Amino acid sequence: MPKLRVGTTSLGGCFGCHMSFLDMDERIVDLVQHIEFTRSPINDIKHCEPCDIGLIEGALCNADNVHVLKEFRENCKIIIAVGACAINGGVPAMRNHFSLQECLEEAFLDEIGLDNPQIPSDKELPLLLSKVHPIHEVVKVDYYLPGCPPSADAFVKILTDLLEGKEPSLPKEMLHYD
Amino acid sequence: MTINLKPSTHLLHALHAHQQQHRFISDQAMIDIAAQFNIPRPQVEAVTEFYSFFHRTPRGRFDILFSNCTSCGDLTLMQMLCEKLHIKTGETRADGLISIGETSCIGMCDHGASALINSMTIRSISKSMIEGMAELIESDTKLSDWPQNWFQVDDHIRKKGLLLSNSFEAGSALKSMAGRSGQDLLNDVTSSALKGRGGAGFSTGLKWQFCHEAEHETRYVICNADEGEPGTFKDRILLNSHADVMFEGMTICGRIIGATQGYLYLRGEYRYMLDALETTLQHRRETGLLGKNILHQGFDFDVHIVVGAGAYICGEESALIESLEGKPGIPRIRPPFPVTSGLWGKPTVVNNVETLVAAASIILHGHHWFTTHGTWQSKGSKLLSVSGDCARAGIYEYAFGISVQQVLDDAGAKNVQAVQIGGPSGRLIGADYFEHLIAFEDLATGGSFMIFNESRDLLAVIRNFTHFFAHESCGFCTPCRVGTTLLKKGLDKICDGHGTAHDLDELNRTAALVSRRSHCGLGMTAPNPIRDALKNFHPLFKQRLLHQEMEPEFNLDAALEEARALRNGN
Repeated sequence: MPKLRVGTTSLGGCFGCHMSFLDMDERIVDLVQHIEFTRSPINDIKHCEPCDIGLIEGALCNADNVHVLKEFRENCKIIIAVGACAINGGVPAMRNHFSLQECLEEAFLDEIGLDNPQIPSDKELPLLLSKVHPIHEVVKVDYYLPGCPPSADAFVKILTDLLEGKEPSLPKEMLHYD
Repeated sequence: MTINLKPSTHLLHALHAHQQQHRFISDQAMIDIAAQFNIPRPQVEAVTEFYSFFHRTPRGRFDILFSNCTSCGDLTLMQMLCEKLHIKTGETRADGLISIGETSCIGMCDHGASALINSMTIRSISKSMIEGMAELIESDTKLSDWPQNWFQVDDHIRKKGLLLSNSFEAGSALKSMAGRSGQDLLNDVTSSALKGRGGAGFSTGLKWQFCHEAEHETRYVICNADEGEPGTFKDRILLNSHADVMFEGMTICGRIIGATQGYLYLRGEYRYMLDALETTLQHRRETGLLGKNILHQGFDFDVHIVVGAGAYICGEESALIESLEGKPGIPRIRPPFPVTSGLWGKPTVVNNVETLVAAASIILHGHHWFTTHGTWQSKGSKLLSVSGDCARAGIYEYAFGISVQQVLDDAGAKNVQAVQIGGPSGRLIGADYFEHLIAFEDLATGGSFMIFNESRDLLAVIRNFTHFFAHESCGFCTPCRVGTTLLKKGLDKICDGHGTAHDLDELNRTAALVSRRSHCGLGMTAPNPIRDALKNFHPLFKQRLLHQEMEPEFNLDAALEEARALRNGN
């Protein structure tokens, strides 16, 4: 049986979900018997090729995030929103209470101890979105893997279910965080 | 022309009076009112924030609220007036003269487009009236100098049945109680099989019995006149022309359950009736029908009127009780039910206006008079508030068991596409249902009967109802607070032509979740218009869908505009 091809990325996130993914420790050895990674920070491949599953961490904060997400959607049969930021906007979305201008001024003009304060305007920098969005507002999302971060067990469970051709279903323990 | 409320009688009245005089409730006013009622300031603040007729920032000297109901609202007229007076909706003009906004159904559905202006009802608004209103406002003419026929509210009784054709002399039912025991009277009510007319249809006799049996020295009777369901105005007619019967029903209930105090909770939109109702009460006190030792039958009873302030949720009995206690109208967890723990924790009967009118008539005429009408599961008659696309909108009283088609024929409705039975929280039916019957066992209703003919955009109607619930959700529980807004946004997306099959699935799922998980009846019924429409009018949605899997509402260009402007500004 050919291996399932999996792409992963972190948009506006902290890579915590990726770290939690790696927390599955030695179980990853079994897993890679059945899956191979295409684009992922794990192997540093920069572009997404047609694949089966896309794991998306992080919220949409800038134009590049939107571009990457759309590339994943075009190439992946299944998109999974991973973690609080991808699902709800999470910590990055806390800036939605303020205007973009207020945020930039606070960080780059008003902060104490800045040398030559100015709002960055290099053309290389992706433009920021006026508000942070969860990913389902921009592409169709097939499954949601909640948690901040989701546990390694939850990653194993959702990927195993998909490998076995089942509808993914997480037991209550994996959805409880207190 | 203002309506006099005694500010000392109730927290809501104090706020009403302050709002009326100063056009807003200031921080200092809240401190003063809190001291006056000896309650914490945050409670006054919470109440002020909760009710839509109280404002924290000044409204205009003319404060106009246009109804946005599908039957008594026409927001194009509001836009017209806004343009004439150079003002945006929701704002107060800089000179403080005028503010214009929207409000939920004000119960004038038989009068066409209507609005509240400083709590007075102005009905049957036409384009020419808008011209006149703009001039009167600009010239700062007092409401008492406006054409008085604009404020004239008619009963529009189109068909009288059991209750409305019955001429009732004040005190006659009370006199007939002489020599009868409370149990005997209760048996009459129970044998009549009278069920609550507000919509839920609980047995009135049982409710009174439970309250009577609850162990406590103090009990209360509450008449629920918070008729907020869009398309319902039957209580308005009863309050206007049959108030004596209603008060008599309350008094009888008081005697049977052993209560000495009753409350009439009048919706804020009906505040214009307050003076007349107080006069009726005063007259009843003077003729010995209220007060101490009523008609020498050895029992006391009196009624206070409390005026609400524009919150649909207060029609829910436990929210109403909270409101009477001077709190935001947030429904309580039930059980305990009000019959054992209601107002101030005391056993309380809460009945609809129509139920109490029927109860008084049953005591006067006996239960046989009542049970000979209706079907075997639904005895007696029902007042229907018929409105929408028909020749003769108004009140129709039928014995239970009348078919929808018969009502449509009597009202002169042609080419009917759909009927909303029981208001937005009720059921939306199409032509294949028109042979069904108005009865608890078939189409149960609180009385709203809104007709939509084939020229109507039914999705726009459903959208209106969905917006209504999102606005009226009290915000207490998450499924309703968040869910009704998700439903609103989802439906807006489809109506605006951005929806896909995926959005329709999501809408369906959210609707099921909101009805299943909400705390009270508002949330449980809020998705009804959408669910009924998906079931009975599915093609309407299909026509609006885009033929692709997912279309985001998100627009990248628009989302980047601010960042571009900031970069270019550098």
